[in-house]
This record gives sequence, C-alpha cells and structure tokens, in this order.
Amino acid sequence: MPDQDKKRAAHQALVDRVLNGAGRASAEQRARAFSNDGLAPPLDALVGKVATTPTLVTEADFAAAKASGFSEDQLFELVICAAVGESARLYEAGLAALAEATLNGQVG
Amino acid sequence: MRLDILNRGYRPGTKLLFALIRLVSRHPVPDAAKLVFYRPDFYGARAKAFTHEAMRGPSAWSVGDRELMAAYVSQVNESAFCIAAHTATASQAYRDGSKVAAVLADLESAPIEDGLRATLRMLGRLTREGQVGAADMRAVLAAGVSPQQVEDALAVCVAFNTTDRLGDAFGFEVLSLEGFEAGAKYLLRRGYR
Repeated sequence: MPDQDKKRAAHQALVDRVLNGAGRASAEQRARAFSNDGLAPPLDALVGKVATTPTLVTEADFAAAKASGFSEDQLFELVICAAVGESARLYEAGLAALAEATLNGQVG
Repeated sequence: MRLDILNRGYRPGTKLLFALIRLVSRHPVPDAAKLVFYRPDFYGARAKAFTHEAMRGPSAWSVGDRELMAAYVSQVNESAFCIAAHTATASQAYRDGSKVAAVLADLESAPIEDGLRATLRMLGRLTREGQVGAADMRAVLAAGVSPQQVEDALAVCVAFNTTDRLGDAFGFEVLSLEGFEAGAKYLLRRGYR
C-alpha cells in the first residue's frame, strides 16, 4: 500500500469507527455531531464550539448538556465526533485543492 | 479534565500503568496520553494509529519538520497544551529550539527552507479559514514541495486539528516545562503508538 494511502486509510478507520461502531450515543447523534448540523440545544452549543471555536468551550457547556440528559460517556463520544468531523472536512478541502492543482498529473 | 470519566474512569490495569508512569518519569501522565486510554476502542486505538502514521510513518519530511507543523497548527488554533508539547518535541528533534521559536514568532522571517515555510503558510490558512484553493497549493508546489509531501503535511494538520480541539474542549492541563520536556523525549523515543 503506498504511504499516502496508509495515512488516509488510518484516518478513514478512525472516522468509520466513531460514526458507525458501537457507542453510547446513537449513530444518528454521532453523525450530527460529526457534521455539526441538526443538533438541538443545548448540545448544539457545545458541539458547535468544539468544531469552530474550541478554546471557548467551558464547564458550563458540559453542565448544560449533562442537565439535558446526556451522560458523560455520550458527551465523550459526541465531542470526539465533532473534532474528528471538523478535521475530516479540512482534510477533504486540502486534498481537493491539491488534486485541482495537480490536475492531469501536471504540477502548476 | 472537564469530564470526570476522563479523570477517574479508567480500568484498574490502566490506573496501575498511570501510577507506574508517574513513578518512573516523576511527572504526571499528560492528559493527551490519558485520553487515548479511555475506552480505547472508541477513539484512542485508531487515533494513535493515524497520528503515528502521520508523525512517524514514511515521509520526505523529517520528524522535526512534522513536529514543527504540529506546533504551528496548534499555535493557529491557540491550543495551549499542544503548542507547548510540540514546541518541546520539535525543538528536541531539531536540536534547535531557536529555529522553532523563530517560526512561531514570525513564519515569514524564520530561518527555514522556503518549501517548509510555504507548507506551514498553507496549513495555517487551512486551519484558520477552513479552506484552501488550488492557487495556495500551486504556491507550495512552486516552492519545491512534492505533491506527496503536501499530502503528508495535510495528514499532520488533520491529526492536530483533532487533538487541539479535544485538548481545548476536554481541558487538558498545561504541564510544567519539565513535564513537557519529558513528554517530548517519550514522543521521540516511542512515537504515538
């Protein structure tokens, strides 16, 4: 397996696991956290911060999500899905730009 | 950390391992290391495999270059734990802390090769803005970086955009300088597996 494929395969294995493997949060909730889309308050605030402004996450974000019924294990999974999801979008954007720049095998 | 399970929810064998690490290293186990031990089947096992491949797998970039990319991406994200951890690791890998400090202070004037500079500039833009275009990539390629090196750099960027977010969200505790130096030594000896 070429080296770049090993890196991408290892990344894809992580994405597949957090989205499709067994979890305490439902697969639907994990998919929504991954895409940072379609979650209800107050979880949407926590997940949105993890994706876009993670330094602004506070104890209160976790407390509000727990008060709305999520367990710590569910929040562990959903925060991870949000982080892995945002990073996966960066990967796609970077690889797409590289592919465009090297179209037809031409560099430049 | 902000979830009790990440402070106290480990299996007895794992707790024993943490105690052993504290005893031998004389430093607390870094939160970044603890996180991958919590329910490793969900995140830790595959995260470690991907990060190790990105940071230590075959690449035309040196280990020092990749650790510098990790520090730089973390700086763009303002992620305190990872900035310190990978500044220490890049500095040890290069045996040149001033080079790393210069890059983090001002990328444009730092004494590094143009290809690495162009790559860091592109990773910074992707991390800051969430996107890059073909023109950004052409600028990197024109600086002498191969498409394969760009892919390798993207993998580093993705690994640390994930870890930075988790560090900030879960609230990784920032260690002492000595703690980060010990962690860097470990990462250079053993990698991320």
